[in-house]
Amino acid sequence: MAKSRSAYSIPGKIGKIERHIIVVWVDNEAGVLARIAGLFSGRGYNIESLAVAEVDKKKHISRITIVTEGTPQVIEQINLQLKKLVPVHKVADFRRGEKDILFRELALFKILGNKKKIEKVKKICKKFNPVILDKTNNSVVIQVTALRAEIDKLALDLKSLGLISTSRTGAVAMTKGQKIFN
Amino acid sequence: MPKLLSGAEIVFKALEDQKVEYIFGYPGGAVLPIYDELKNHKSIKHILARHEQGAGHSAEGYARSSGKPGVLLVTSGPGATNAVTALTDAYMDSIPLVCISGQVPTHLIGTDAFQECDTTGITRPCTKHNWLVKDVNDLSRILHLAFEVATTGRPGPVLVDIPKDIQFKKGKYKFFKNTLKKKLNGKTTHKISNSELDKFIDLMKKSSKPIFYTGGGVINSGPEASKYLRELISLTGFPITSTLQGLGAYPGDDPQFLGMLGMHGTYEANNAMHDCDLMINIGARFDDRITGKVDEFSPGSKKIHVDIDPSSIGKNIKVDLAIVSDVTELLKSLIKRFKEKNKNFVNSNKQKTSKWWEQIEKWREKKSLNFINSEKVIKPQHAVQRLYELTKNQDTFITTEVGQHQMWAAQHYKFNKPNRWMTSGGLGTMGYGLPAAIGVQIANPGKLVVDIAGEASVLMTMQEMSTAVQYRLPIKIFILNNEYMGMVRQWQELLHEKNYSESYTAALPDFVKLAESYGCIGIRAKTPNELDEKIKEMINIDKPVIFDCVVDKAENCFPMIPSGKPHNQMILGPEEEKEISDEGKILV
Repeated sequence: MAKSRSAYSIPGKIGKIERHIIVVWVDNEAGVLARIAGLFSGRGYNIESLAVAEVDKKKHISRITIVTEGTPQVIEQINLQLKKLVPVHKVADFRRGEKDILFRELALFKILGNKKKIEKVKKICKKFNPVILDKTNNSVVIQVTALRAEIDKLALDLKSLGLISTSRTGAVAMTKGQKIFN
Repeated sequence: MPKLLSGAEIVFKALEDQKVEYIFGYPGGAVLPIYDELKNHKSIKHILARHEQGAGHSAEGYARSSGKPGVLLVTSGPGATNAVTALTDAYMDSIPLVCISGQVPTHLIGTDAFQECDTTGITRPCTKHNWLVKDVNDLSRILHLAFEVATTGRPGPVLVDIPKDIQFKKGKYKFFKNTLKKKLNGKTTHKISNSELDKFIDLMKKSSKPIFYTGGGVINSGPEASKYLRELISLTGFPITSTLQGLGAYPGDDPQFLGMLGMHGTYEANNAMHDCDLMINIGARFDDRITGKVDEFSPGSKKIHVDIDPSSIGKNIKVDLAIVSDVTELLKSLIKRFKEKNKNFVNSNKQKTSKWWEQIEKWREKKSLNFINSEKVIKPQHAVQRLYELTKNQDTFITTEVGQHQMWAAQHYKFNKPNRWMTSGGLGTMGYGLPAAIGVQIANPGKLVVDIAGEASVLMTMQEMSTAVQYRLPIKIFILNNEYMGMVRQWQELLHEKNYSESYTAALPDFVKLAESYGCIGIRAKTPNELDEKIKEMINIDKPVIFDCVVDKAENCFPMIPSGKPHNQMILGPEEEKEISDEGKILV
């Protein structure tokens, strides 16, 4: 058997992988999400999470927040390629951990258990703005908002306390202070 | 109250306002209302292809040779899917195409109706943008926007999908101009600053081993760009090399021109790229067939990159000075600035670069495009050289298919003007050349148009000969017939222990008889002795011709960089073949 042979060159050195949050303002028209998602899949970029909703009803502008990973070169390409799309108005790009930016994810947890267990659950969730959305004698649906890693940890901790269902959004982002994204 | 027009009428009104003269297409159920309207618009001529892919490549050839956008009209389902190859080809090679496709009526969309497919879904990754028209009152805006998107910034294909009921419905028409809310790709928003120009000039002044590396962006920017490029090269005295798509922007027979670079580029061009201390990339995109192994690509050089598409800069190769600009704009301001500040540049520079030129001359002495000619069989390189010699005194347009013949054409045919060379570079579409030649001939009536072809490629779109005959387009299909998929055979010989797996075509048609059956002329040349005479015969026939040039079956295309090797490690000819390492084989 001949050795594996390809028509293309071998990959060069790979740079350091960074996690970025990319915010895209788009016209809310048919197929726009497919265009954005297709750009990522077609060019081999990663989507870790994605959150999208219309933010301007009058102008029909949607705001898409994408969490992605890549080398600085790939992240730059993602930005430039997004800007080329016709329905894209602007693109903002942040590194995970930047000081001036707020990130939040929302999660819903359904937990089965007696009162004692549910009290324990509430205590664990205390730091993460818990809201009880539904309660019966032996179940609770609790909403928390936190950072991704915090929710990851929470879900792990709740497992032993009767967690049976988890629903999570992708991250959304906003700048601190008076500044807005440009 | 403005007069209401049907969707089909709006399509033609928009095409008229965009000054479209030709559309390439193929009718079908979902576009019948548009075809019905054709008779009322005498300024627009429809060219009936034999397959939608053929229509698409014809539109590409038309666009590439005329500088105008090509327009394509196809039906729903298979009509649209057949056009996908041509759209992708145009996307890769930055060719402005506007494809109008029919779609099943709105109320049937999503029901798996007859000849339904998700056209906008399928073509999303191979167009700059596409639209599904759901309201006839949006139609005129979308059509004009489509032309704008296709032709501005880095050009490319767009598609407008029009359901059949929308073609019947009445709506308002308006001529929209410059509707884009933002400027695409920074073509007009970016103003070139003097500090950028000064940095550019400063890098040129400091360099003792410079090289210009130019690409299809120069051609796309229009004939002015080639004019300025020539002026700049003569002002600086620097050597210049070109990509496949850039050929013709600078005269191929000029002493400052080092020939094409890349995998099958010349020894001098590739070595100069590797050893230079300043690389000036104008309108090229550091494609993998150019760079070879990225980590070892031109290690000691500063790099300047001028491109209209910001995402092309820094994609493959990091550069020291990036300028987002149209080539014409940049060259114009650069030359102006250069002349103001550097009156004596050429003289002082001549000394500085004299050693560099000496080195280049040494590389040139290798004569890397040489081949061992024969008196018994026609060598394909010889055939291209003879074709060049016998056609160079008239304004000739060359298209090609994809493979060895394409590389030999690029190596041995010397282009002097832009827009004379149409080839599928990015996608590498076999079957491109014949339909492209049809489009070129339509845009350039009375000019000599030759498709330098391989027998395998040309069979992929051979049906378009029928189109050429129908419209009396005297295109010349010059087939270098070696009975093999030559480039596949070459790689199998060099890299796969001569296991010629499925690369030989048994049962080829008799091309002379095939020509006759299409109603055109067939000519065959078998020996070098008769070649010139037969080529002359071909040129003098005012009808489509299929020329079956029977060439050496085993000839390989050299020089060649086994990719994954840096540019200074080329294979020059058969005697060096053995030197490819196992590692190199993986990389080609």
